[in-house]
Amino acid sequence: MSFPWAKQYEPKAPLMRYLDEKLPLPRFLYNAVGGGYPVPRNLNYWWNFGVLAGFCLVLQIVTGVILAMHFAANAGVAFNSVEHIMRDVNWGWMLRYAHANGASFFFIVIYIHIFRGFFYGSYKAPREMVWLLGVVIFLLLMATAFMGYVLPWGQMSFWGAKVITGLFGAIPIVGEPIQIWLLGGYAPDNAALNRFFSLHFLLPFVIAGVVILHIWALHIPGSSNPTGVEIKSESDTIPFHPYYTAKDGFGLGVFLIAYCLMVFFLPNFMGHPDNYIPANPLSTPAHIVPEWYFWPFYAILRAFTADILFVPAKLLGVLAMFSSILVWFFLPWLDKSPVRSGHYRPVFKKFFWVLVVDMAVLFYCGGAPAEEPYVMLSQIATAYYFLHFLVILPIVSMIERPNPLPFSITEAVLGSDDKAVMAANATPAT
Amino acid sequence: MIRLIGFFVGVAFTVAVLWAFATGAYTAATEPAAPTAEHEFHRTPRPLHLASDGPFGRWDLQQLQRGYQVYKEVCSACHSLKYVAFRDLAQLGYTEAEVKATAASWTVPGIDPVTGETNTRPGTPTDYFPSPFPNDIAARAANNNAIPPDLSLMTKARHDGAAYVHSLLTGYQDQPAELLKKFPDAKTGPGLHYNPYFANLNLAMAPPLSDDQVTYADGTKATVDQMATDVAAFLTWTAEPSLIKRKQTGWAVMIFLVFATILAWFAKKQVWAPITPKRPKKD
Ligand code: HEC
Ligand code: HEM
Repeated sequence: MSFPWAKQYEPKAPLMRYLDEKLPLPRFLYNAVGGGYPVPRNLNYWWNFGVLAGFCLVLQIVTGVILAMHFAANAGVAFNSVEHIMRDVNWGWMLRYAHANGASFFFIVIYIHIFRGFFYGSYKAPREMVWLLGVVIFLLLMATAFMGYVLPWGQMSFWGAKVITGLFGAIPIVGEPIQIWLLGGYAPDNAALNRFFSLHFLLPFVIAGVVILHIWALHIPGSSNPTGVEIKSESDTIPFHPYYTAKDGFGLGVFLIAYCLMVFFLPNFMGHPDNYIPANPLSTPAHIVPEWYFWPFYAILRAFTADILFVPAKLLGVLAMFSSILVWFFLPWLDKSPVRSGHYRPVFKKFFWVLVVDMAVLFYCGGAPAEEPYVMLSQIATAYYFLHFLVILPIVSMIERPNPLPFSITEAVLGSDDKAVMAANATPAT
Repeated sequence: MIRLIGFFVGVAFTVAVLWAFATGAYTAATEPAAPTAEHEFHRTPRPLHLASDGPFGRWDLQQLQRGYQVYKEVCSACHSLKYVAFRDLAQLGYTEAEVKATAASWTVPGIDPVTGETNTRPGTPTDYFPSPFPNDIAARAANNNAIPPDLSLMTKARHDGAAYVHSLLTGYQDQPAELLKKFPDAKTGPGLHYNPYFANLNLAMAPPLSDDQVTYADGTKATVDQMATDVAAFLTWTAEPSLIKRKQTGWAVMIFLVFATILAWFAKKQVWAPITPKRPKKD
C-alpha cells in the first residue's frame, strides 16, 4: 500500500537516525501500526478483534512457554505434573488457568473476528489473500488447541484424542495406517503425547508467522470499514496512531475484564470435569465431548448418521466436517456481490442472521449427548450451513438489489452536508 | 465454475444429511428409544452452601478441620488423597507441632536404612497422604471389584463437585418400589448400594457414614448431614488449596483493570474529540 498522504517516518534523535540507517525496524513499526498507516475513520468496535487476537497469541505464547518449564510430557506423569503446577509452582495455578481460559478467549475473539468478516464482506477483493491467510490461521489454531488439550492427560484429553484421530480411520484403505502413523501406535499413548507436545510448542510460532503475512497482505489494500466503500481521499482516513491505538487500548481493557473474571472466579467453567480424572484407556466417559470451541464442527461430524450407497456415514461426517471450514476458502468467489457491507444488502443481511442462529444451534447440539432431539436438530442446522454458503450466498449475490451506498466514508460519517465535509477536510491529521 | 461446483457439493451434503434426518425420524417414530432406569431416577445434587463459595468466599477453618477428621477416621480406610502432603494441613490452621503430630499418626511406606528392605514408618510433614491399598488389584479385591478413586480432585472431577459429594454421602436409600415395578431388570446387584445421585444409580461404596461416627473436638454434633458437609468442604480445599487466594487476587486484578479501563475510555474520548463530528441538529 501506500496512500500518498501517509505520514512519513522522521527519526529525530541521533540514535533513531542511526537505527533507521542500519536496521529500519522503528520505521517498519511506524508504517505498520503507527502514524504512518492511514486507516478509515469510521471503524466500529468490531474492528478491535484483530488486535485482540494478536494479544491472545502473545498471551498464549508467554503463559505456554512458562508452563512448558514445569510440564512433563510423559504419559506416566503428565497429569501429576499439571497438578504440580497447580499446587507447588509459585502462581502456577494462575498460569495454567490463564493459559486454558486464554485458549477459550482466543476462540471467542477469533469467532467474532470471522463473523465480522462475514457480515462486512471483508473477504471480498481486494482482500481475498487476507481472508485466505485468516482461514489458515484458524485451522492452525484448531490444531494447536486440540493438541494442547491432550497434554494434561485427563480422561477427556485421552478420549478426545482417540475420537479425533479415529476420524482418519474413516478414510478408505489408507485411513488406518495414517491413524497409526499419526499416533505412533494403535491408541494415544506416550508417543502421541510427546509429539503433540512438540507440535503444540511449535505451531503457535507458525501461527505468528502466518499472522505477519496476514497483516502484510492487509496493509496492501488497507483496512476495510463498515460501509465497505473504499478510501477515496485523505479525509476518509486517520492515522492508526493515536486514534486506533487509543481505541484498541480501551477495547483491550474491556477484554481483560471479561477474561480475568473467568480466570479468577470461574476458571473451570469452560472446561470439562472429566479432565480432572487421570486418563484411563479402560474406562470410557459417558459423553465424550471436545472443548466447547469445536462443538459446531463436532455437531456437523455427528449429523451424518446414515450410509449413502457405498459411502459409510462416518466418512460422510468427516468429509462434511472438514468441508464446513474449507468452504470458507472459497467465500470470495462464492459471494460475487460487488457490495461488501451487509448494511446495504437487505436480503444478505437476513440470511446472515439466520447463519448466526444456525451456528448457535450447532454449538448447542455439538455439546449435547448424541441423542434425540439433538441429532435431528443438528441435521437441520447442518443442512442449512451448507445451503447457506454454497447455494444461498451465490444466488443472493446474483439476484439481490443492494441499497444505495454513501459516496464516501467521509460522507457516511458526517452526512452529505458540504460545510461539514469541508470542516472535516480541514481537520489536521494530528 | 467454482459456484457451479460449490452448488453441487452443497446440495450433495444437504441431501445426505437430510437423508440421515429422514431415517432418524423414521426410527424415532417406529421404535422410540426405550426409557432407562438411569434416565428416570437419576437426580442432580441438592444445593450445598459452603463458606468458600462465591466471589467473597473464605475458608471456614473449623469446618475444614472437622472435614479432615472425617476423612482421616472414615474415608481414608478406602480412599487415597495423593496430591495432598501433611505439610499442607498447616493451611487449615494447625500449628507446626500439630502438623508433625498428625503426620506421625499416619503410617507411610518406607525403606529400612540398614537392610534396604521395604517397611513402614510414621509419616513426616513432607510425606503425602498414603494409599490404603498397595495396588489397584488389592483395592478391587477389598471393594467388590470397584476401585475407590483418589479423592484429592473429586470436587473438581464431578459436576457441582462439593454438592455432589454431600448428596452422594447422604443420598443412600432403598430402591424405590416404583423403579422395580417399571424396570425389574434394574434391581441393585449383590454388594452394590442404591443411590440416585450416582450416575448409574448403584455403587460399590457402602454408606460410609452413620450418626455420631466421629466425635468432633469442637463439640459440633456429628450427624450424617454434618459430616457429609464437612468432608465436602475439606475436599473442596484438597481439590484447590489456592481457591481463596485466587479469588482475592481476582479482586485486586479487577479493581486495577476497571480503573485502567476507565482511564483508557477517557483517553480514547480525548484523542478522538477533534475528529468526532458534533451530531448535527435536525436541520
Ligand atoms: C469401605 C470403603 C469405603 C469407604 C470407607 C469410603 N468409600 Fe467412597 N468409595 C468406595 C468405593 C469402592 C467407591 C467406588 C464406587 C463405584 O465406583 O461403584 C467409592 C467412591 C466414592 C466416590 C466417587 C463416586 C463417583 O462419582 O464415582 C466418592 C465421592 C466417595 N467415594 C467419597 C467418600 C467419602 C467422602 C468417604 C468418607 C466419608 C468415603 N467415600 C468412604 C469405598 C469407600
Ligand atoms: C495458539 C496458541 C495456543 C493455544 C490456542 C493453546 C491452547 C492450549 C490448550 C487448550 C491447553 C489445555 C489447557 C488445559 O486444560 O490445561 C494447552 C495446554 C498447554 N499449552 Fe498451550 N496453547 C497455545 C500456545 C502454547 C505455547 C506457545 C506453548 C509453549 C511454548 C504452550 C504450552 C502448553 C503447555 C505446556 C500446556 C499443558 C499444561 C496445561 O495443561 O496447563 N501453549 N494449550
